[in-house]
Amino acid sequence: MTTITKDNIIDSLLSSVQPNGNSEAVQIIRDNGFPTNKHEEYKFTNITKRIENKIQAFQQAKPFYLTEEDVTNAIIKNLDADVLVFNNGQFSSELSRIGEGYSVSTIGSGESPFTIKDLYGDSYLALNNASFENGIYIQIPKNKVLDKPVLILNLVKANEGQLITPKIWIDCAENTEAVFIDQAVSQDEETYFLNGSVEIRTAANSHIHYYRVQIQNSEALEVNNLLTDIHRDSTFTSFLLSLEGDMIRNNVTLNLLDTGCEGNMYGLYLLGGKTHVDNHTNVDHTKPHCESNELYKGVLTDKSRGVFNGKIFVREDAQKTNAFQQNNNILLSDEATINTKPQLEIWADDVKCSHGCTTGQLDEEALFYLQARGIDKDQGKALLLYAFAGDVIEHVKIEAFKEYCIDLVQKKLGTNF
Amino acid sequence: MLSIKNLHASIEGTPILKGINLEVKAGEVHAIMGPNGSGKSTLASVLAGREEYEVTQGEVTFKSKDLLDLSPEDRAREGVFLAFQYPVEIPGVSSTNFLRTAVNQVREYRGQDPLDAVKFLTLIKEKMKLVEIDQKLLSRSLNEGFSGGEKKRNEIFQMAMLEPTLSILDETDSGLDIDALRIVSNGVNQLKSDDKATIVVTHYQRLLDYIIPDFVHVLYNGKIVKSGTKELALELEEKGYDWIKEEADKATV
Ligand SMILES: Nc1ncnc2c1ncn2[C@@H]1O[C@H](COP(=O)(O)OP(=O)(O)OP(=O)(O)O)[C@@H](O)[C@H]1O
Ligand SMILES: [Mg+2]
Repeated sequence: MTTITKDNIIDSLLSSVQPNGNSEAVQIIRDNGFPTNKHEEYKFTNITKRIENKIQAFQQAKPFYLTEEDVTNAIIKNLDADVLVFNNGQFSSELSRIGEGYSVSTIGSGESPFTIKDLYGDSYLALNNASFENGIYIQIPKNKVLDKPVLILNLVKANEGQLITPKIWIDCAENTEAVFIDQAVSQDEETYFLNGSVEIRTAANSHIHYYRVQIQNSEALEVNNLLTDIHRDSTFTSFLLSLEGDMIRNNVTLNLLDTGCEGNMYGLYLLGGKTHVDNHTNVDHTKPHCESNELYKGVLTDKSRGVFNGKIFVREDAQKTNAFQQNNNILLSDEATINTKPQLEIWADDVKCSHGCTTGQLDEEALFYLQARGIDKDQGKALLLYAFAGDVIEHVKIEAFKEYCIDLVQKKLGTNF
Repeated sequence: MLSIKNLHASIEGTPILKGINLEVKAGEVHAIMGPNGSGKSTLASVLAGREEYEVTQGEVTFKSKDLLDLSPEDRAREGVFLAFQYPVEIPGVSSTNFLRTAVNQVREYRGQDPLDAVKFLTLIKEKMKLVEIDQKLLSRSLNEGFSGGEKKRNEIFQMAMLEPTLSILDETDSGLDIDALRIVSNGVNQLKSDDKATIVVTHYQRLLDYIIPDFVHVLYNGKIVKSGTKELALELEEKGYDWIKEEADKATV
């Protein structure tokens, strides 16, 4: 067996870089390397090591044979949505069902319609920028309200290469409204590394929702970067539901760049087995009169591990900021762990900021009360856990998708928890 | 119906119940009284199946089944009902959803069909009248923000919904004003029948003016140290527990 050294993994992963791939990005990787647990931002989530251990060849995945029917089968039941299909990380216009009133163009490697600044020089984001092949650029023109949600469906089959690199830009002009639902659906149970990025930019008075469900197979490794630039009077809401995977890292960055913005970040993770999910969030208040709300909740059992890191920056200009952050967890087993860390940096003086995190156990007293009324123990647990976690899902505004999430969550809570 | 023989139970290694013997027959009402900390709630909890309590000796049969062998939910389904001394507030669980789940799981166990939404609502309406409970309470989370009296009434309302054969009321009267006490006792009395039995745990003789016991037992230091009829309750009301404690302490020395 060959041992993979640090240089070795950099070289291996760089082997997936496209011939005309972004050279600036390559330089970031060369300078910073891939993060290990010595890296502050990744100290609980050594995904680099996990990739080394689990993936032998760092081949960019190739599209595989996919039919209309495969796509139909992968779509959330009862969801009436436009569908943008990615085949192993590459956009497939033939299989997509694009609606009216907005445009979707394919972006080749090396190109970039716009770039949202990443404060951290994240090497995985850089790798995404350097190695994606067919990304997409979605443009929503002024005053357009999309009447259907847009489902971004990433169908994945790891035996066609294990490095999957979807790349999405979304540009929302003034007075637009849209909901994006992003989901990877694994066609087998093989290990893959999905290294995705979504960059969203809104002009004034836009209202954009972005939802993601992570229920890919239990071997999946994933790093996702969601970066947003929000302009005047716009609202942006993200919701991430993480249920399955081997190791998942979600970076969400929200830049509130003008007055009157509202940014909301919601997350729910229900983890069992050895699943490891790390949510790093980052909200930057740069101008006055903006608001951010953040609520992440987790239920962890077995040997699962959760990480939450919530950074809130309130810049000197950002007076009258309201920023709220909450992270609540329930641990159901002694071997499950959670590391949670709020990080507030406030330079303005007239702001309202609050944050809190809690980690507790299931309320045994309440469970006994339910059992004493004839309710089955497992069902009682599910009721209590849903009562704890369910309010996060309330922030989803597409009914069919909300029901889908409720169903997934209740099923999960009712079985192995 | 219920037979408790030489029951010993401890919590975290500390013995609390030290040899309880009690026979309860169908149609009977038993009152259990006794000073604070004597083990009344512990006995009620052990009967309902609370896992923190470890039964170290003795046996309990209920309708000729080994009660201690059943899970708490199966005890409830078999017909044991505990009205909690301190009903638990459960935020996020709606009262109605909770009740429907409970009623239908109990029905399933008893071989009855589940109630559909309409029948369930009719049943709720009927039973609500029994304890004069406000419908508004049922649209809230279970017991959340309920006043003490509302919680106690809600316990009796749940009892009415689940139709138990053995009801154990742990200080359901504590903290109730006279009107509420009347309503609660009235509810309990209406649910009584020849094939059902009731155990009321109380500190106050006045409850026994409304729910008339066939037997009164005094629990002290984990044992039933005296049993009698309702006159015993009157005597306790008048003289307190000191004389009983003295008797009991003498007997153990
Ligand atoms: N969880 C516990 N851990 C340790 N000791 C306990 C626990 N629960 C009860 N006890 C003890 O067991 C004894 C009996 O308590 P129990 O609640 O059964 O008394 P009680 O007769 O119901 O009292 P009261 O009239 O105040 O309701 C008390 O000494 C109490 O402190
Ligand atoms: Mg008590």
